[in-house]
Amino acid sequence: MKVSAVITLKKDVLDPQGKIIHQTLNNMGFDSINEVRQGKYFEIDIKENDKKKAEEKIENICKKLLANLVIEDFKIIGSQ
Amino acid sequence: MNSSVITFPGSNCDRDMDVALKKFGFKNKMVWHNDVELPKSDLVVLPGGFSYGDYLRCGSMASKSKIMQSVIKFAKDGGKVMGICNGFQILVESGLLPGALLRNKYLEFICKNVFVKINDKDNSYFKNLKKDTLELHIAHNEGNYFCSKEQVKEIDDNNQIAIYYSNMSGNVDENDNPNGSIKNIAGIFNKEKNVLGMMPHPERMIDPALSGEDGSIFFENLINNLK
Repeated sequence: MKVSAVITLKKDVLDPQGKIIHQTLNNMGFDSINEVRQGKYFEIDIKENDKKKAEEKIENICKKLLANLVIEDFKIIGSQ
Repeated sequence: MNSSVITFPGSNCDRDMDVALKKFGFKNKMVWHNDVELPKSDLVVLPGGFSYGDYLRCGSMASKSKIMQSVIKFAKDGGKVMGICNGFQILVESGLLPGALLRNKYLEFICKNVFVKINDKDNSYFKNLKKDTLELHIAHNEGNYFCSKEQVKEIDDNNQIAIYYSNMSGNVDENDNPNGSIKNIAGIFNKEKNVLGMMPHPERMIDPALSGEDGSIFFENLINNLK
């Protein structure tokens, strides 16, 4: 089963890369953007056919390695 | 005094640290990240560099390597562990130090000399140091120290802030903050003060022909404190 997870910086953590992307978009004429936050996307193929169990395992992996919970949040966004 | 420097794939200040430690009297051993046991050590150093190519987050992969299990145990038993630059990043990723190190505020790799003010001398690293401000070298892309407001208060209340970025005379001001670190923090301790993480590189300031000598002052004092 493939499980997808997204990791983003917490709201109160400065995201300078997101800011620069926002500025660049403004310069390109996309002037209706309020904010850009950059994150990471993971697609993990796991030997598990039960959706709930697979997502639980990926949640644990996010907590232990993929996300640093001091500065980041994670979200499982789908599995198939 | 016995010391150990851990080499991870991508460490590049490990040999500089070896030279510095030996110059000031340590019997140093280099330890590979895949080793399991630490040699008998009075000080363990996690050096600077780009361990595991800074993949995922700086220091995150190294913090899970085999030798780190022994380093964490050594630190929890009161052993002295010092992390410089990437070593500091590994220490926060391993949970031995609070907080995190983010991308520098202005997205630049910073490589220059800075001044740091010693905030606390009630510990084995800075006790009896004859100067209050040191000139050291920084070279990093992710040195922007961050932690929550509650954590800042906690580390401040516990005197866990080791050094601040400052000017030459030791005044701590936002103008001398190179990377956006909260409160100009350049280095911190754990609660027990046996673990120190800092972005500046004292091992780069040990030769009057090449650099300043404030690193020499730091290492000379350190070995005397550990005796």
